[in-house]
Formats: sequence, C-alpha cells, structure tokens
Amino acid sequence: MKSVPDAKEKPTNILEWLISNLAGLFISVAMPIITFGVLIIVFKWLRATTPNTMTEKVLVSLVAIVWGVGGALILYLISNKVVEQLPPKWVKLLQPFIFVGPAVVILLWYLALPAARTFWISLFNRDGTQFVGLSNYVAVFTERDMLEAFRNNVLWIIFGASLSVIAGLIISVLADRSKFENLAKSLIFLPMAISMVGAGVIWNFIYEVKDVADPQIGLLNAIMVLFGGKPQAWTALNQPWNNLFLIVILIWMQTGYAMVIFSAAIKGIPEELIEASRVDGANELQIFFRIMIPYIMGTIITVSTTVIIFTLKIFDVVWVMTGGQFGTHVIATQFYRQAFTNQNKGFASAIAIVLLIAVVPVMIYNLKQFSGKEAF
Amino acid sequence: MSKKPKSAKTKSKLGSLLVNGILLLIVLLWTIPTIGVFVSSFRDPFDIQTSGWWSVFPHKEWVKIDEFKPADDLDRDSVMKIAGVSGTFAEFRAGILKPDGEKVTWVGNKRLGMIQIQEKKWVTRTKFTLDNYDKVLSGKKYVIKTSSGATKEFQGDNFSGALLNSLTVAIPATVIPILIAAFAAYGFAWMQFPGRRILFVLIVALLVVPLQVALVPILKDYVKLDLNGTFLAVWLAHTGFGLPLATYLLFNYISGLPRDILESAFIDGASHFTIFMRLILPLSVPALASFAIFQFLWVWNDYLVALVFIGAKPDVQVFTMRLAEIVGSRGNDWHLLTAGAFVSMVLPLIVFFSLQRYFVRGLLAGSVKG
Repeated sequence: MKSVPDAKEKPTNILEWLISNLAGLFISVAMPIITFGVLIIVFKWLRATTPNTMTEKVLVSLVAIVWGVGGALILYLISNKVVEQLPPKWVKLLQPFIFVGPAVVILLWYLALPAARTFWISLFNRDGTQFVGLSNYVAVFTERDMLEAFRNNVLWIIFGASLSVIAGLIISVLADRSKFENLAKSLIFLPMAISMVGAGVIWNFIYEVKDVADPQIGLLNAIMVLFGGKPQAWTALNQPWNNLFLIVILIWMQTGYAMVIFSAAIKGIPEELIEASRVDGANELQIFFRIMIPYIMGTIITVSTTVIIFTLKIFDVVWVMTGGQFGTHVIATQFYRQAFTNQNKGFASAIAIVLLIAVVPVMIYNLKQFSGKEAF
Repeated sequence: MSKKPKSAKTKSKLGSLLVNGILLLIVLLWTIPTIGVFVSSFRDPFDIQTSGWWSVFPHKEWVKIDEFKPADDLDRDSVMKIAGVSGTFAEFRAGILKPDGEKVTWVGNKRLGMIQIQEKKWVTRTKFTLDNYDKVLSGKKYVIKTSSGATKEFQGDNFSGALLNSLTVAIPATVIPILIAAFAAYGFAWMQFPGRRILFVLIVALLVVPLQVALVPILKDYVKLDLNGTFLAVWLAHTGFGLPLATYLLFNYISGLPRDILESAFIDGASHFTIFMRLILPLSVPALASFAIFQFLWVWNDYLVALVFIGAKPDVQVFTMRLAEIVGSRGNDWHLLTAGAFVSMVLPLIVFFSLQRYFVRGLLAGSVKG
C-alpha cells in the first residue's frame, strides 16, 4: 500500500496531500482518460474500416479481438488502480464494487431490466404508441398460429425432451457395462458440439426428397424406396406428425447431454448395493428399475428440467429446417417472427413474457435450493 | 469418463454380447447422419445429386457395357425388337432384362435417345474432390455441371470470411464473461459489502431467464447507441446471457478454495487485486476451463443472438447465418451445404475432443442454465 495520510486529517492539508500524491493524481485522472480515449479511437476505427482482402480481414479481426479482451482487462486494472490511490477506508468500501459492479451492471442491463421492460412493451400495441392492456396476452392465447405453436411445443416436450432423457438413461446404463464405454459415449455425445444450424443441414440431407423417377439421395427416402414405398417430403407433409422429424434432431443432440450426466450419477451408485441385490436374486431389469432409477432420481429430475427448458426455447432447428412453415412453428419462432418479421413488438414481448412465466417454477426452485445453503 | 471395474457376474458372454450389440447399433444410428455429410462433402456435385452418398461403398449397380443408336426406321410407337428382346417404348425406358442377366434400356427421349446394354457389376463411386471446400470457403466464381447436364456459374460463398467473423465473435465473447464473472465470484466469495446477498440472489434468479425476454429491449438500446451490427454488441449480449451461469459456477468453485491460503496472503500485505490475479485465477484454472469450453461452443454455435444483433450486415455475418442462408436460398446445393456444415464443425470438434474432460465437468456443475 502507498503511504497515504490518515483519513481523519483535516481538510486544510488537502493541498499538501495533493502535492505528495501527484503520481496518484496522474493515475486517477489522466490514465483513465487516456485509456478511454484510446479504446474509443480504436473502436471508431474498427467501425469505419471495411477490409477488402482476406489478409486485411484477418488483421482487423485480430485488432478487434485484442481490443475486446484487452479492453476489458485494462478497464479492471485502471479502475482498481484508481481506487487504490484513495485512503484505505475508501479502498475497503469501494473495491468490492470494482469486483462485483461490472457483473451486476451487465446483468441488470441485459437480463433483469429487460424482463421488466419487455413486460411494459407487451402492454402496448405493435409500435408502442398505444396502451392496449392485456390484449396482446389474449391474442397470444387465442390466435390460431399461437395455439399451433403451443401445441407443437407440447409435442417437442412430450417426445423430444422425454425421449432424450430416456435414451440418455438407457445408453448410460448400457455403456457402463461395455468395454467400449468411452468410445461409444464420445460418439453419442458428439452432436452436442455441433451447431443447431449444422445439425439442420445434416438432417435435411437425411430427409432430402427427389422425384420418384430419380435415385433418392436422402437416406430415409432411399430406405423407403428400398422397401417398396414412395419417397416423401418428411418435414412438410402429414401435419402435425411432420414435427416429429424435427424433434428427432433435438433427441439426436440432447441425448448425449443426458447420457453424460446420468453416466456420472450411475458411477456414484455404490457397487455393494448392486452386488447385494444380485445376491438376493434380482435380475438386471429389477436392478435398473428398483435400485438405479430411485438412486439417481434427483439427477433425473435435474436433467429433465434442463432439457425441458432447452426444448421450450427451441428455435434454430425449426427456423433453419422449415422456417415455421407446414405447421411447425414453435413459441420461439413465433416470437422471432412477430418481433422482427412482423415488427409487432407488443405481441412478441407478450410471447417472451409467457416463456418467462413458464420457467418461473424452476427459478423458484433454484432460489429455494440456494437459500437452503449455509455458506452464504 | 473413467472406468470402474466391472463385476465378474456381468461378464457373462451372452449378456455382454447383447449389451455391446445394442450399443453398437445405437452408436451407428447416432453417427451415420454425420458420416453421410462428411462423405458427401468430398463428392463431386454431380455425383451427390444423382446417387446416395452410400454408393461410395462397394455395391451392385447397372453399368453400361454397350451403347448404340436405335435404327432410324424403327416404329417407336409399337412393339420394337432391339438387341434380341422386344417391348414397347415404355418398357424399354424401364429396362428389359435379357435371359443372360443383361438389361436393355432406352436412355433419353423417344426420338433422339440411345440404347444401352447394361450389366450388374460391383462398383464404388469414389470420385473424391476437395473442390466443394474450395468453393464454399472462397469468394471466387466457379462453374459446375447440374444434374440435368447443363453448366451454371456460381459465386463462391466466402465461408472463410464468415468463419473468421465467428472466431472474432467467439473469443472475446468467451473471455470477457469469464473475466467479469471471475472478478464477481471473488467479490461475492471473499469480500464484505452491503447488498452482497441480495445481488447474489439476483444472479441465481437470472440463471433460467430465457434470453428471448431481452432481445427486444436490448435491440432498442443498440439502435439508440448505434451499436447494432458491431462485434461489441454481440460480445456484450453473449456476456450478459452467459454471465449468470459463469458467476454461479465460478462462485461455487472460488468460495470452496481453502481459506488459509488467502489469509496468509493478506498477512503478507497483498491487496485483493493481487491475490485475485496471482493466486485465485491460477488456482481456478479447472473451473475457468470448464466454463470457457461451454461458453465457446455456445457462442460459436449460436444463431439467434447473431441473427438479431448482427442482422443483415454481410461483412460481419457469422457462419451459422451464412449456412442458414444457403439452406434457405439454395437448399439443394448439397456440395456446398455439406462442405460448409463440416467446416463449421471442425473447430468445435477439436475443442470437444481435446478438452472433453473439462467440458463434461462444466456440464455436471451447471445443468441449470436458462
């Protein structure tokens, strides 16, 4: 720590204090100004440049990355330096806010306040010029498009979420008894690393349909033709069951997640417990249903909740595969369509609030869990 | 993913065969879609359009062994006799089998078509090429043959530019939230200040808030601040949406570090800032790494946030937007889509396979994100 005079000293000494702390003054006034200046200049430059060649583009990207990462770090360093110039009493009072402040500000700006603002917007008409009360909510729950989206989301949760959890559970139990556990788990887990858009491409290719006379290049239709059936446009026909072909993608992606978590939970079941029940004559199915499932019930609930929340907000897959056509809209795609295609911000905000309300029980559960903790 | 010793009883031969058999089946089911795209991305565009990707494996197929023009005076509207078999035009179009196993097929239209003598042979379609990658990555013009035989000129998709943008979005959007969250986690864990508890409750409450709630108001702010379409806008958005989980996870880790390490550092006169930089950050590397992988994959693969905050600006578009654009406008250009999809998977797959252990740890710690 620097030698700063006692905070109790009289204000008459302020000049003396200033002189003795010229370096400190420089740090606390000039350095922040210079840093901000440099950061803003670089930002302006980044906005104004339009790179023409790939080399230029790489350079600009590098500058942007360094600016972003370095800027964040420097802001912390500088603000901390400024605070540390103050008397110790002030340091103790202000320093926590240097540490916690940025996180709190960003969370308020990006999540907490928007929730309130979105609610406010949802009470107005499409461009926010007229107060309409709850009529957007009435529309959300009565419009045909929205009801279809709700129905589809229910399908997504019933089939998508539950089958991912069940498949994940079965695979984790099977893998636990296999010699190829790690390899099998890695391969099933792999889709989690892929973007939903990429997964959309992969599955569009499986569902690809060609003219009856031409060879089918989509795997599913090739199999159909092989068994004497007719090629079909899987994601467009047979509403609402075409949704299932989109839901398959979610199962393909989320099973790996469920599997990994269950796998860890299953390894936590004491071996003696399973051995003992074997000795007592339980067969493998009984062990699975009577011992394993009750033992990892907590994990099953957590995983199910996470997958359901994820499914509730499903967007990319639907938007890329069908754009919501053929009766495949879900809540999140309707939100996007209303907010950005239709420019009906009031209606879109009402949809977002409905999504928020849907997760409130989980939020309350999390808060209860937290307040039960001793540590805080 | 460590193994534990399997008990002797489960090792009954039949049981393990069944287990491994079912597992193999599931694994195949799970990997075939990706393999199809991977294989197709190396195939000739014409081949992709006219045969399934599985035809790269040996299979039996009708292969042309002879071809000739039908006699000009042949009456094409009645029963014809060609190459020892007779039938109508429609029957020849479908192909007529000869007793020796060869097939006589009329290829093309009635007037100008050709007669092909075909035989079933083992073949593999292995015309592999890197051209698809070249076309999708570069922004150059190129020409391809379509399935109808005509040639067409296309503009390359400049995917490499989009991938670079994705990287420019993803790196800061991973580092910045981690930095901010680590500072905050330390503050919550080791500092006393008014409002500490209520602020942390706020973070826990925000864990599951769907980001849809934030898009409309934040877009309004961005338009006002003229931030829309900048990298900064996307970084901050991802920071905001990733921060609750990051802070929560890092708090759990940092608050669990042994108290006496910090106390002895304080006695030595170190400030909070020094302790954080020199002691806490290095000690928290496992937790930081877990979250970093999580966040990196999340941002790299993100589509919605980019779509809203980058919008139509082509020079800052990330790869997910570009790929979705090709799906929307040229959904049948499988040579581009497969190559594009695969290129975009390379980086996450490398990250995933090299750091799988940390990723799994992150998942285990944080299955609460909204």
